[in-house]
Amino acid sequence: MPETVRLIVNDVEVTMPAGSMVSAAIMATGVSVFRRSVTGEPRGPLCGMGICFECRVTIDGEAHCRSCQTECRNGMDVRTDG
Amino acid sequence: MDRPRHACDVLVVGAGPAGLAAAYRAAHAGRRVTVVDDNPDAGGQIWRGEQREPRSREAQVWFERIRSVDIELIAGARVFEQNGPRSFLAETPAGVCELVFENLVLATGARERFLPFPGWTLPNVIGAGGLQALVKNGLPIERKKVVVAGSGPLLLAVAAYLRAHGAEVLLIAEQASSLRVARFGLGLINQPGKLSQAFALAKGFRYLKDCWVVAAKGEGKLESLVLQRRGKRWGVSCDYLACGFHLVPNLELAELLGCKIEDGAVSVDELQQTSVSQVYAAGEATGIGGLELSLIEGEIAGLAAAGNREDARRLSPERAKQQRFADLLNYAFALRDELKRLAAPETIVCRCEDVVLDRLRAHDSWRAAKLQTRCGMGPCQGRICGSAVEFLFDWKVESVRPPILPVRVESLLSK
Repeated sequence: MPETVRLIVNDVEVTMPAGSMVSAAIMATGVSVFRRSVTGEPRGPLCGMGICFECRVTIDGEAHCRSCQTECRNGMDVRTDG
Repeated sequence: MDRPRHACDVLVVGAGPAGLAAAYRAAHAGRRVTVVDDNPDAGGQIWRGEQREPRSREAQVWFERIRSVDIELIAGARVFEQNGPRSFLAETPAGVCELVFENLVLATGARERFLPFPGWTLPNVIGAGGLQALVKNGLPIERKKVVVAGSGPLLLAVAAYLRAHGAEVLLIAEQASSLRVARFGLGLINQPGKLSQAFALAKGFRYLKDCWVVAAKGEGKLESLVLQRRGKRWGVSCDYLACGFHLVPNLELAELLGCKIEDGAVSVDELQQTSVSQVYAAGEATGIGGLELSLIEGEIAGLAAAGNREDARRLSPERAKQQRFADLLNYAFALRDELKRLAAPETIVCRCEDVVLDRLRAHDSWRAAKLQTRCGMGPCQGRICGSAVEFLFDWKVESVRPPILPVRVESLLSK
């Protein structure tokens, strides 16, 4: 099993320990705003465990993925909506 | 429609300590056991990442036991709907699967309670367990300034964990009074285990009782906090606020099945059986009580679900002992009324639909507020604001209906 994984967050390459979640990778690139609320407020993860839905981002073109429950994979393309 | 079908004697929903204990006991008794969990790995919240990065000896003992028996684990699968009295549908990354069972153990665990205060929706204001989960999941925290706040022994465990991973924990703000926390500490003297260890760690921290966050401030993300203690207020700059007000049980699946709920928890008898035949519940879903109580409840539920009622009954005294500790815990960290006044009229309460406090005040029930304001109608389906309005307005939060969480359209069509 590889020790690290490399993925792309908003066009920036980031290397994370294998088994990391996408939410951690996003924050590791310095991004705090994951999405905009229905009234346009900036939001980021709250519960960290798949309940609050604030960590939703677009992963490999699929919108509304919960980044706190999605493991990083090599070559993954992640987009926030901040 | 063609979809994978998993049939078992005992289905366990939730692979945290209670679920793993139940699964082990049922499998050890010779039953075919399937465990389903929405996370990519087993362990639940408290044992998150333990298989990758072992820290707790107790966790390793239980994972070893699990490996010694034949159990089917389906991770990354979210149960969203019933498909008949003894069948569930679950959504996985690969599509929908069907879970068919004779007996069911609900070990759905708990989530943090969040209370609204000005600025609590800013990025980097995260749950206490939430920030810990993020760090366990790979978030670098070295040299970050963190304030840990809210209520409950979880705050101490989180602070210790974050510090061990290089964070600068500026202070821990506990809303409970010094007196109650001191009494709780005394009650722990004869209680070995994780919580008491965490309590011992408090010594190295600035652990302020009677203290809470009144506002979070920042442009686009958290930059500073205003704290209050015994009438005094002051500001603190920080990178993260880890804030949670103790825990609340996850009840959605139990409610969907029609299990009796009492005092915000699944009601169970001495064998962990719910009001619904052949449906058992264990762990935090039956009331917040910590790791040891969850394990013993899980063992009882697993034995009972496997038909071994005699052995299950033998574990009752141990559970009673752990329950006394749970009672002490819940008394010590009961929320004070002042916290009901933290939110300003324009503070958002429902984060999914951005419903502010002022709009909710016009209503007298959860149902009325949902219909008129869309509070609790967003993707989280009230999982976050529900426990807040229960505390703020004494509303009874209910009305679970399938699907119990948002799923893909294909998943709904697969019925």
